[in-house]
Amino acid sequence: MQQFIDTTLSGLAQGMVFAAFALALVLIWRSTRIVNFAQGSMAMATTFVALALVHAGWNYWLAFVVALVSGFVLGAVVERVIIRRVEGGPELNAVIVTLGLFVAIQAAVAIIAGSSFQSFPAPFGLRGFTIGGNTIALTPNRVFVIVAVLVTMGLLVALFRFTRVGLAMRAAAFGQEVARLLGVRVGRMLTLGWALAAVVGSLAGLLIAGGSFVYPAYMDSLIVFGFVAAVLGGLDSPIGAVVGGLVLGLALAYVSAYFGGSSVVNLAALVILVVVLLVRPGGLFASTQARRA
Amino acid sequence: MSDLQTQGQPPAGNPATAAAPASTSSRTSRIPLPESTLLRHLLAVLVCAVAAVVLLEITDPFRNSQLATLSYYAIAAGGLTVLTGLNGQISLGHGALMAVGAYTTGLFLSADEPLPLPLIFLAAVVVTSLVGALVGAAASRLHGPYLAGATLALAVGLPGLALKFKETLGGDQGLRVRAPRAPDWFGEAIKAVSGNPASATKWLAYVGAIALLITYFLLANLVRSRIGRTWRAVRDNDVAAELAGIRLGSWRVLAFVVSAACAGLGGAVLAIVVRLAAPSAFTLVLSLALLTAIVLGGLGSLLGALIGSALLVFLPQLTTDLGSAAGLDGTEAAQLAPFVYGVVLVVAMIFAPAGFVGTIRLRWLARRAKRAIARESGR
Repeated sequence: MQQFIDTTLSGLAQGMVFAAFALALVLIWRSTRIVNFAQGSMAMATTFVALALVHAGWNYWLAFVVALVSGFVLGAVVERVIIRRVEGGPELNAVIVTLGLFVAIQAAVAIIAGSSFQSFPAPFGLRGFTIGGNTIALTPNRVFVIVAVLVTMGLLVALFRFTRVGLAMRAAAFGQEVARLLGVRVGRMLTLGWALAAVVGSLAGLLIAGGSFVYPAYMDSLIVFGFVAAVLGGLDSPIGAVVGGLVLGLALAYVSAYFGGSSVVNLAALVILVVVLLVRPGGLFASTQARRA
Repeated sequence: MSDLQTQGQPPAGNPATAAAPASTSSRTSRIPLPESTLLRHLLAVLVCAVAAVVLLEITDPFRNSQLATLSYYAIAAGGLTVLTGLNGQISLGHGALMAVGAYTTGLFLSADEPLPLPLIFLAAVVVTSLVGALVGAAASRLHGPYLAGATLALAVGLPGLALKFKETLGGDQGLRVRAPRAPDWFGEAIKAVSGNPASATKWLAYVGAIALLITYFLLANLVRSRIGRTWRAVRDNDVAAELAGIRLGSWRVLAFVVSAACAGLGGAVLAIVVRLAAPSAFTLVLSLALLTAIVLGGLGSLLGALIGSALLVFLPQLTTDLGSAAGLDGTEAAQLAPFVYGVVLVVAMIFAPAGFVGTIRLRWLARRAKRAIARESGR
C-alpha cells in the first residue's frame, strides 16, 4: 500500500511536468500547425540562465522569474525571426527547422556552459512529509511542482477565456483570414503564442531541474514524453494535453515500479501510445473532423 | 537514376510550355541514352560502380571507413526518402528499424558456422521488413504529427528491448559483431586493380558500396514503376486515389515495408562496419539525422538522400577540424559540429526549401522554360 501511494504521488508530480510540456506543444500546434521540437532546448537554455544567476548569488525566485522572462523573449524572437519564414510552407520543412534549432541551441549552450552535470537548487525541501510515522513520497518540492503547473493552467484558461488578447489569439488560431478581416493582428498573436508556449516550456524545465542535475541534454527525454503526452491527448486539445500528461506520468510510474524497472519505461510509452492511436487515430480528445475535400 | 519526383514541372498555364518539351528534346538528346528505363539505370549503376572503385582506391583507410559509414546512412536514407517523399508518410523511427537489422546481423554472425554474408543480409532485410509491416499497419491510419509521435515513441522504445533481453542482446554493452573476413579473391582483385593492400576496412567499405548500389538500383526502378506511381497518387490526393480503386491502407503498408527493408540493410551494414550493435548507436538522434538528411538533400530524390548522408558524415568532421584549427579546445570543437549542423538545417530550409537537389532542379526547369518562352516569342 505504501509503495502504491508513493508510486502514485511521484507519478502525479512527473505527469504534471509532462502535462505542462505537452501544453506548451499544443499551444504552438494550435496557432501555427508546427510541432516545436526545439521546445526542450529552449527551456534548457532558460534553465541555464537561471543557474548562472543563482551561481552569481541571486535569489532563487528572482532567477526563476528572469528565466521565465527570458523564455518569453526567446520564444518571441524564434517565431519572429525564423519560424515566420517557414510558416505556411511544406509541413516537413517547419519540422526540420525546429529540429535544427533543437540541435543548434543545445550545442550552443554546451559550448558556453560546458556539458558537465551541474546541480540545480530546489526551492523547497526534498524530504517527504511524515504522516503517522511513515514518510511518504510527497515532498514540499513536489507540492510546489503540482501547484505551479495548476496555477499556470488556471492562468492560461483565464487568459483565453476572459481577456481580449486571449480572444484574439483564439481567433487567429481558428481562422487566420477571418481574424485578419476582423482587425486581429494575426502575426503579433502568433508571436505571442510562441512566447507564451516558451514560458510554459521553461516552467516545465525549471520544475524538473529543481533538486536534480542539469546538463545540455537533460530535457531530451521530456521532449519525447511531452510529445507523446500531447499526441495521446490529441494535439488540438489543451485538456487532452493535461490528461495525456497525467496518464503517461502515472502509467510510467506504475510500469517502472511493478514491471521490471526503468529499462521498459520507454517501451511502455510506445505500447500505450500505439494502443490509444489504434483505437483513436486522432488522440483521446480528438474532435470529430469534417471530411477533407 | 535519381529523378524520382514529378513536382517541379515547368509552370502550367503558360502557352510556351506545351511546345517546350518537343523543342528541347532534340537538344537534350545529344548524348544518346537508351530508351528503356531499366537499361538507363543499369548504365548509371555501372558508372557509379566504377566511380566507387576509383574513390575507394585513391583514398586512405580513414576515408575508406568514412565512406563505409556513408554507405549505411545512404541506404537507410534512400528507403526513408521513398516513404516520406513518395508516399508522404513521415517516420521518426527508422533508427529503431536499423537496430532490428543490426541486431539480426549480429546474432547470425555470432553462430559457430556463420552463413555466407549475402544470406545474413537477406535475413536482416526479411526480419526488418516483417517489423516494418507491423509498424506500417499501425501507421497506415495515422496522419502528420500523430504518425510522427508514434514513430518517435518507436525510436525511443524499441532499443529498450535490448536492455530487457540482456542474455541474448547484450544489454547496455551491446552485441559484439564479428566482422566477416575478406575472401582471398578480394585481395587478389584489389592488387590487380590498384596494387593497394587489401585491408579489412577496405573490404567492409566495398561491401557497403555494393549494398548501396544494389539498393539504389532497385529503388530507382521501383519508383519509376506502377508501384511508384501509385504511391505518388496516394501522397498527392488520397481521396482521388481511393476513388480510382487504390486501397490506401495496403499501399501505405507496402511503402513502409520497402522502406523498412532498406533500413534493415543499412543496419546490417552498420553492424559489420562498427562491429557492435548497441542501444547507444540507435538513439533518437540517428532517426532524426536520417530525416534531416533526406530533406536537406531534396525530398524524394535518391541523389538527394546520398548528398544529405554525405553532409551527415563529412560536415561534423570538417567543422571539428576547422574548430581545432581556429584554436578551440577539444570539447568546444566537438560541440561546434552539431551547432553548425543545426544552423545549416535552419538556413537551408529558409533559403532552399526544396532541398539541395530540388532547388537546383527548380532553377534548371525555370531557366529552360524561360528560354523556351524567349524562343517562342522570337519566332
